Amino acid sequence: MRKLEIIIRHSRLRAVKEGLLALGVRGMSITDIKGFGRQGGHTEIYRGNEIQVDFVPKVKLEIVMKAELVDKAVDVIREHACTGQVGDGKIFILPVENVIRIRTDERGVCAM
Amino acid sequence: MVGADIAFMIICSGLVFFMVPGVALFYGGLVQAKNVLSTTMHSFFLLGLATVLWAFLGYTLAFGPDCHGLIGGLDYIFLNNVGMAPQEGATIPHVLFMTFQCMFAVLTPALISGAYAERIRFSAMIVFSGAWLLLIYAPLAHWVWGGGWLAELGALDFAGGAVVHMSSGAAALAAAHALGARKNLQQGGAPPHNLPVTVLGAGILWIGWFGFNAGSALNAGALAANALATTQLATAAAVLGWLLVEKLSTGKPTTLGAASGALAGLVAITPAAGFVTPQASLFIGFIGGMICYGAVLMKRRLGYDDALDVVGIHGIGGTWGALATGLFATVIINPDGGNGLFYGNPGQLGIQAVSVAATWIFCYLGSRVILAAVNKIIPIRVSDDDEQWGLDMSEHNEQAYRIY
Repeated sequence: MRKLEIIIRHSRLRAVKEGLLALGVRGMSITDIKGFGRQGGHTEIYRGNEIQVDFVPKVKLEIVMKAELVDKAVDVIREHACTGQVGDGKIFILPVENVIRIRTDERGVCAM
Repeated sequence: MVGADIAFMIICSGLVFFMVPGVALFYGGLVQAKNVLSTTMHSFFLLGLATVLWAFLGYTLAFGPDCHGLIGGLDYIFLNNVGMAPQEGATIPHVLFMTFQCMFAVLTPALISGAYAERIRFSAMIVFSGAWLLLIYAPLAHWVWGGGWLAELGALDFAGGAVVHMSSGAAALAAAHALGARKNLQQGGAPPHNLPVTVLGAGILWIGWFGFNAGSALNAGALAANALATTQLATAAAVLGWLLVEKLSTGKPTTLGAASGALAGLVAITPAAGFVTPQASLFIGFIGGMICYGAVLMKRRLGYDDALDVVGIHGIGGTWGALATGLFATVIINPDGGNGLFYGNPGQLGIQAVSVAATWIFCYLGSRVILAAVNKIIPIRVSDDDEQWGLDMSEHNEQAYRIY
């Protein structure tokens, strides 16, 4: 089992979600986040006064899936989230030790 | 007494009252989310404190019988002799005039709060505002409107360019100097946390200002109508003036710029509203919008942290308005006023300049003395930890927004 933490632009969320659902992913959690990478921040201007804003808004998806699905999922995410501009985001892939469904106490893959 | 005048002035009092929550929203949207309640409270609390002080002492100091041109006597202390009968020459009950003026006395200290926002201790703010109302606002209102020395000199201030705007602007500069800058701001300052609220506040201020300026005619006559027209026209022109300069200097017109420009225009026309023609008011507003845009940029060069630009908008906008009154005033509009420079009376501009200088010096120095005195009793600034945590929690134990 693997956990994918995917940081993308808000504007790509819907396409990525639908692509992943079509692939067979059955659940995900999303969070509004702020951060910066190579894109850096941006400037905003209030009453003629430039303010450097370091953290730009992105959305983070967290999805746990079977290991054999990961490569296809990465392709789907890249297909839908890539605009070619700096700031498209990142995918982090982490091993998952166990999953427990709270309602039934199922463990492992069948709890996913 | 005249029924129409009474009805008109009651409505205008309500409109001026509405400006106070308008300021609360205007300022509240501009601060960081952790300080929105404390900033709102600065204005809303003054509806309580300033009103009560006005009844006890403020009104008589401002409008009691003149003592040497400097201050009102104590004939109206605790509203003694302020009854339902009109004063000599007036057409509305004395108690209505007192109430209308009360709204101005609440609004003016509330305007200052934009300068000390995000770092003043609430208890210190209470003492400062109360003292300021009695020691600065009341005498100044007396000088200009209560038969004091500026009135005798012939200074023209229709609705409070000096009494309300220059005075709060000068006090704001004093507060910014006395308190020092906010800590840990990112480069360029803190971005506003909720601009739609600020724009709503600006809209409320705009409509409230009709009562402020037209009501300053004190009766439902043609002069009130002229003040209404000049207020609308100047404000509209100021929106355009501010946005034009903003577009030229930064490339994009902003919503905050439109709201700020409107406020600059409202301030600039305040002293002139009942002395100038509607045509002149367009010019006063347009220039006012441009001047105030430049004025808010001064604070970084001059190194004071006037958090929400009270100095730039109210101080400088009020100064321009007072001087513009000395340029454009005409007895065609108001026979009780005077002619300005463009109507063949350069002396009026000189008188206006004297009122500008007197207001700035008196209000700045007086405010510094009050702030220094308050600081001896209660530290005017919160601790660094409290500032970081936010004044909503440190001063009031509450939060504006929560998700869970």
